[in-house]
Amino acid sequence: MRRTSRIIACAVASIALIAPVQPSRAAEPPRPEARRSITDTTWQWPTAAQFRDVFRLADYNTRVVVIGVTLLGLASGIVGTFAYLRKRALMGDALGHATLPGIAAAFLLLETKSLPILLIGATLSGVLGVLAVAGLRSIPRIKEDAAIGIVLSVFFGIGMVLMAFVQQMRTGHEAGLQNFIYGKAASMLERDARLIAASALVVIAGSLLLYKEFRLICFDQPFAGAQGYPVVALDLAMMALVVVTTVVGLQAVGLILVVAMLIVPPAAARFWTDRLFGMTLLAGLFGALSGWLGASLSALLPRLPTGAIIVVCAGAFFVVSMFFAPQRGILAGLWRQAALRRRIAMQHLLRALAEFEELHGRPAPVSGDELRSRRRMSHAALRAVLARAMRRNLVVRDADGRIRLTDDGRVEATRVLRNHRLWEIYLIRYADIAPSHVDRDADEIEHVLSEQIIRELEASLQTLAPIPPSPHVLGDRP
Amino acid sequence: MNHRAVDSNAPRDRAADRPSIATTPVPRAAPDHSEACPLSIHDMTVAYHRRPVLWDVDYAAPEGQLVGIVGPNGAGKSTLLKACLGLIPLASGSVRFYGKTYQQARRLVGYVPQRESVDWDFPASALDVVTMGRYGRIPWCLPPGRKQKQAALRCLEQVGMADFARRQISKLSGGQQQRVFLARALAQEAQVYLMDEPFSGVDAATEAAIVTLLRELRARGRTVLVVHHDLQTVPEYFDHVVLLNMRIVAAGPTATVFTRENLQKTYGGRLTLLDQAADAVARAGRT
Repeated sequence: MRRTSRIIACAVASIALIAPVQPSRAAEPPRPEARRSITDTTWQWPTAAQFRDVFRLADYNTRVVVIGVTLLGLASGIVGTFAYLRKRALMGDALGHATLPGIAAAFLLLETKSLPILLIGATLSGVLGVLAVAGLRSIPRIKEDAAIGIVLSVFFGIGMVLMAFVQQMRTGHEAGLQNFIYGKAASMLERDARLIAASALVVIAGSLLLYKEFRLICFDQPFAGAQGYPVVALDLAMMALVVVTTVVGLQAVGLILVVAMLIVPPAAARFWTDRLFGMTLLAGLFGALSGWLGASLSALLPRLPTGAIIVVCAGAFFVVSMFFAPQRGILAGLWRQAALRRRIAMQHLLRALAEFEELHGRPAPVSGDELRSRRRMSHAALRAVLARAMRRNLVVRDADGRIRLTDDGRVEATRVLRNHRLWEIYLIRYADIAPSHVDRDADEIEHVLSEQIIRELEASLQTLAPIPPSPHVLGDRP
Repeated sequence: MNHRAVDSNAPRDRAADRPSIATTPVPRAAPDHSEACPLSIHDMTVAYHRRPVLWDVDYAAPEGQLVGIVGPNGAGKSTLLKACLGLIPLASGSVRFYGKTYQQARRLVGYVPQRESVDWDFPASALDVVTMGRYGRIPWCLPPGRKQKQAALRCLEQVGMADFARRQISKLSGGQQQRVFLARALAQEAQVYLMDEPFSGVDAATEAAIVTLLRELRARGRTVLVVHHDLQTVPEYFDHVVLLNMRIVAAGPTATVFTRENLQKTYGGRLTLLDQAADAVARAGRT
């Protein structure tokens, strides 16, 4: 648990890094009020007071919308985690695009702007799209990616054709159906937001109730089936939660980008944790923060497409996670590589010094050039590793600049030398590698040998000698 | 029908026992799956996309024995296990565990799928995975409690993996992952175990650990069926052997069945006709 809380703290800290970028616009002086017209494309920066009001949730309607979209983000992060791990995330994309014909058809047939009716239409055609993907996939020659691509584009195409008819209707262009494509939280009414919030809570509750069952089918579906779990029904339940999230998210996020809410937060969360529960919580957190920022900015800048802002925020979380996550992040990986390189350089230095002592049979200071003749390395590299070795008190430089192992250094160098020799002997004995080649092969492995492997080496070589003699002539290294 | 399992412990050939009413083939009566038999398969035929992959399999596993299932690639070894567990529908035939259907006998059966069948990058610890073996005992919608986790931990101990309980599964070696899968099957506390290639791609230490575990299970009276690919170790590991190549070529005690002649029949190219027939069936289904 402490691990989880530390990870969450890290995540929150990294969010704090990027979050201030958005509200800092508040500091900019508000522009003089321009004349507004429908063709006006200039930006209207909201005043600082407006910013304060939105982020404090002062206005009731804004509050309801922001809370609704935040809950939607939370829900989609949570259910998205399971869809992501079940490798069904792209189904959400097909589903999202497949809702458009349903929305347009519902409007054409019933001529109503009533949100529940439009959403029922969206659900029907969305589910039809998912079934079409499943049906196409079962045809042997059509693979899943093709099935999703076909359904997504064809349904969206049908939807666009229907939308052309909608535009020709007298009431059509007022219906705001375009908002379903790109998302516009600012156009949401209070009751729309309540619907979103309620649906989001249902989705969250459903996901948490079926947490154990979803985990099982995500990890090992055959085993779940063998244990008697109704795999198909569980998949349907998961898909139903995805459908609900997608459909109620249409108004806020838009059908093109709604899939991002399902994929991006879990993908970002995966960088921070190796535990499913932590991943679920973090994905929910990322989704909720994205939703909150998106809805807030949409309230301030009504011209901005809300869906795009939400997705850009989620994308920012993803990029930050990808680079800065402590274990799986790219920077952490680079850091580990650099640390390994430093460790290898240090071990090479120590081993070279130990071999000199072995050759002379006594503690023998050597000059930097002598060292470099044995180990190919640049002056700079040698200086760097020497500086680190002296800081750790493993070597000292005499007055004449020659390098000598300290007592601590000798202990460490002996250990390194011993590992190297053990591995060399193992390679000669079991891997049939010629003694003249074994030095280089051992060189690459010895730095990553764990305690356990060393013990196994000792056991299989039956040697506990302090340092086995070198199997090849020392000092003949090319 | 002439390749039915010949096995001292198995119920004898039932069709032959009955007085034959007529010389013309009659539809066989309902199979008398014995309640004493841990796994009896009667007349099983399995098809993928209408292409038969297993034909007329009849087999009765002897109780308390280690059974190796051996055959070339594509012989239907994994399919046989999955069909027994109801993961693949049967085109015909029936399977019983101690005389019960799998639905009724689920608690009696443990399963180890192929290691490659799952994504080991899944966010879970070794203990999480083993706890999945206890899910059958936990009511729906409830999380596993302390008792179940402790049971799972004991199973990890049995396979020598207790130190790795908290380790993320992708950071385990292949052999360790296989042992986690075995521990999960142990957590099922079953009477019959079906294991799909547990020896595939494991190190020598794990192989030895698995063999020890199998023998322990046998000592406790469990029946274990293992899909195995290494012919050399079959006589050493298994009491009984099933030679499979789309049908059962031979089955019975290893000493009598695991012969050069039977292996040639299993691995030799004599079954091309069966393969061609399967293709023909698949084509017929498509047009």
